[in-house]
Amino acid sequence: MNVLYETPGPRARLRNNVVTLLVVTAVLGAGYAIGTRLQAKGQWDSALWKPFLDVQVWTGLLLPGLLGTLTATVVSAVLALTFGVALGVGRMSARRWIRVPVGAVVEFCRAIPLLIMIFLVQAGSFALLGRSFSAFTSVVIGLTLYNGSVLAEIFRAGVRSVPRGQSEAAYAIGLRTSQVMRHVLLPQAVTAMMPAIVGQLVVLLKDTALGWIVAYEDLLNAGIRLIPATFSNLIPAAMVIAVIYIALNIGLGALAVRLDRRNPAPDPRIPGRAKALSPARIDSRGYAIGPVT
Amino acid sequence: MGTDTLIDHFGVILVSFWGTVRLAVTAGLWSAALGLVVALMRVSPVPALRAAGTLYVTVLRNTPLTLVLLFCGLGLGATLDVHFSRDDLSMDNFWLAIVGLSCYTSAFVCEALRAGVNTVPRGEIEAARSIGLTFTQTARLVVLPQALRAVIAPLGSIVIALTKNTTVVYVVGYLEASRQMKLLFDEDGASVQVFAGFALGFMVLTIPAGLVFGRLARRLAVSR
Repeated sequence: MNVLYETPGPRARLRNNVVTLLVVTAVLGAGYAIGTRLQAKGQWDSALWKPFLDVQVWTGLLLPGLLGTLTATVVSAVLALTFGVALGVGRMSARRWIRVPVGAVVEFCRAIPLLIMIFLVQAGSFALLGRSFSAFTSVVIGLTLYNGSVLAEIFRAGVRSVPRGQSEAAYAIGLRTSQVMRHVLLPQAVTAMMPAIVGQLVVLLKDTALGWIVAYEDLLNAGIRLIPATFSNLIPAAMVIAVIYIALNIGLGALAVRLDRRNPAPDPRIPGRAKALSPARIDSRGYAIGPVT
Repeated sequence: MGTDTLIDHFGVILVSFWGTVRLAVTAGLWSAALGLVVALMRVSPVPALRAAGTLYVTVLRNTPLTLVLLFCGLGLGATLDVHFSRDDLSMDNFWLAIVGLSCYTSAFVCEALRAGVNTVPRGEIEAARSIGLTFTQTARLVVLPQALRAVIAPLGSIVIALTKNTTVVYVVGYLEASRQMKLLFDEDGASVQVFAGFALGFMVLTIPAGLVFGRLARRLAVSR
């Protein structure tokens, strides 16, 4: 990025220092203003922060909540990946009667807000079965449908990025369509799209928080409802769980960078080996630039 | 039964979608402005500005939107007593929601813009610097005009995501489409027709937005 400006000389260094001073002053000033506001509302009282030094608050409230978030994430991720491969392959099918309906399902699930979908699953299960699905089931179904559809598009883009020579060669040695997909195209598509896939899993992890709205007991529930109900410390508790969410997502993001580094760099001399043009580019810090939620 | 609910409440549903549109447009404008500022900070020559921008983006894009909005509604509004309107609760909640939505979305706008800066050929920026343009001049005259045109399509997907994300404002308590759908479901039971009505409403909002941004992106594409 430093292509945008010169290596600073003496004058630029002076100017940078002045700007730095201004920035630091502004940040400190804003921090002071927020701090006094919190002070005025008694948010720095040690009684509000002490619960987080208590082991029982962690083992009794925060960790069970975290477990809820992680369970929903892992179960939905596994289901969404499976569903995504199925939809992605279905949308590339040579048979029109498979391709068109699958395409409609994918486009529909991507266009509908996830929260609306979760409401439908919960209310719809009551209307059809006479009793609502549990919050967990509703959240997992919603997350699977939405992220499965997004992942389907990622897989499809991955398969399309595999050079045609690869599938032509596979057909030429006598593999059938399903074998070409399974043995040649999908493995390369998944490798090429790994950063985008992990990026979507970060989105999925964040979206598990929507489960709180239908009373799923996750990390958000622990930080927003349970802990403030006992200690009336909503702001400290919200900050603590925010830090946990951020740490989880940065961890996943770092995984994306590592996986991307294992991808072979494009070699212009070999026409068959191009790095995928992923729809979700990953920048140097591991953020997916494509999927947004 | 479902069709009747849909017809009987058609006016109310339209009003709720008007709430969705207002949230999306207002938050869209604020997040565009905020995102541009943070993007400029993240590419600026001053390390402190870059660090502040990076911190902002890291925090906001890794926190669930539900938590951000709850923090605005319960934390800013209820606990810290920050209010935009004393006498109109709905307006107050609207602006608290706008704060959350704009901050959250601006982090994604910033990252899209930064990706756009990367599409500007190195040589042009080096040429600009060689003829003596400063950072601000290079950014304003050479980089941003090309970067902005390159990010129209990604900005389009952010706008669509923002429109869908307005449903999360449910937790702040401003009447928009998701709250209205939940109310109807609670009142008359779930029905495919009501859901289809709301689904259609969102498609009416998002599909044209996608088409418009797609067209704009093609028309304004920088030819190289």
